[in-house]
Amino acid sequence: MTLFASQIVDGLADGAIYASLALALVFSYRSTGIVNFAQGEMAMLSAYLVWQLMQWGMPLVPAALVSIAVSFVAGALLYASIVKPLSHASLLTVVSVLIGLYLALNSLAGFIWTYTIKPLPSLFPKAHFRLGWFSISAETAGIIAVVAVVLLLLYLLFETTKIGLAMRGAASTPDSAVLVGVSVPLMLLIGWGIAAALGALSGILVAPRVFLNPTMMFGVIIYAFAAATLGGFDSIVGAVVGGLLVGVVENLVGTYIPWIGPDLKIIVALVLIFGTLLIKPDGLFGRRKVVRL
Amino acid sequence: MSLLALRRMCAGYDARNVLHEIDLDVEARQIQVVLGANGAGKTTLLRAISGTIARQGEIVFDGQRIDQLSARKIVAAGIAHVPQGRGTFADLTVDENIRLGAYLRTAAETRQDRERWLSFFPRLRERLPQQAGSLSGGEQQMLAITRALMLRPRLLLLDEPSLGLAPIITQGLFRTLAAIREEAGMTMLIVEQSANLALEVADSGVVLESGQIVLRDSARNLAGNDEVRRIYLGYE
Repeated sequence: MTLFASQIVDGLADGAIYASLALALVFSYRSTGIVNFAQGEMAMLSAYLVWQLMQWGMPLVPAALVSIAVSFVAGALLYASIVKPLSHASLLTVVSVLIGLYLALNSLAGFIWTYTIKPLPSLFPKAHFRLGWFSISAETAGIIAVVAVVLLLLYLLFETTKIGLAMRGAASTPDSAVLVGVSVPLMLLIGWGIAAALGALSGILVAPRVFLNPTMMFGVIIYAFAAATLGGFDSIVGAVVGGLLVGVVENLVGTYIPWIGPDLKIIVALVLIFGTLLIKPDGLFGRRKVVRL
Repeated sequence: MSLLALRRMCAGYDARNVLHEIDLDVEARQIQVVLGANGAGKTTLLRAISGTIARQGEIVFDGQRIDQLSARKIVAAGIAHVPQGRGTFADLTVDENIRLGAYLRTAAETRQDRERWLSFFPRLRERLPQQAGSLSGGEQQMLAITRALMLRPRLLLLDEPSLGLAPIITQGLFRTLAAIREEAGMTMLIVEQSANLALEVADSGVVLESGQIVLRDSARNLAGNDEVRRIYLGYE
């Protein structure tokens, strides 16, 4: 029972990381209809930036915040320099460019920081809390708490602020957003910035668990894709629920199905992606648009 | 001086010109209707004014040249466009649609205007938390108009508000538009294919044919004009 409960909680922590990267994918997709295949590699660079800032003497927490802010700007720049100019190009062109960017960023990290793994310290102490028979590590609790706070902030941004409403309007019906005076490109720019910042968060949270290396996000991005697909790809709630579900299922399967174990866990993600697309392509929370004329 | 003046305005899509040298004046506080068959260029006319397509020639709004401005700047200058097919934000709630309409206004103005326009469209008040995409056609049209009014425009462009609506609904809608003109002194340019109901509330009108204005007169005269009656009002 204790093992089961702790697997669930560990799964939620993993899931929170997947959820933040899945959210990053969903944000770019909702605003521009483009899946940013380079999202994971951008997150990897963000994690490296934290390490670099620490090498230059900055403490961990400020370094993480600076990296998230820089990532926001980088995401906005990516939109302005590559995605927006390609907005009328064919989907295949855009996908090719983003996969090219994926490879380029991956090589860039290797070029700057080499392929040798580097440790990135965790944001949380190495403590354990005991709640009766149940024990939870500070890192697990911290990851869940940080992602929960970020989700709350996003919720407040989108549900209670004018700019949040404008961003939703611009993503849902850009033609009408122009007619109420919203600058649609600016909203999409902010959307891509938020996506990159969320990706950075996932990179910074996962790096201490897997060590810094240019391919560190490979596992995470697959699970994030599974989470986003399961959630419905255009649903913010879906990305979060999908992320948590994928995290929990992955941990339970890895623990209780002996022949899968930790090595074949990634199959779980692929099965989830295929399963969702076969059985319910809109995902759990995907929009079936209700339109009456 | 008229609120809106077009001089030798041409507009179209890519290389194809749809409108040829349009001269048009819309007087302040008046409702002007643009009649014309499918493909005459009615929608193009409104799009050219609101800056959502490329256009040449002169467009003067309230003494200011707007033909070089972007669509967003024209909205800010005070022209609200209710596009054909309504263009509501289907994924947002009715209330969010209304609030987003006031994107360029302050919070206080938004609260005040929301009450004011909802009093013209009480049906919308019952639907505030509902997703806009789930409204009936008539309700969506009301919402699109309310959203446009939230901008505090001085000119309202309406593209076929009757499209897809039952005649009884259309009649109520035009009466509300007339009431809004009376109370708020709103100027309106309405494009319509089914013209009799529009002419009832309009002050003047023009007939557009193959991208050119072929007739301009008071609404009363147009409604009595034999040719207009035959072609656009469906009388034989």
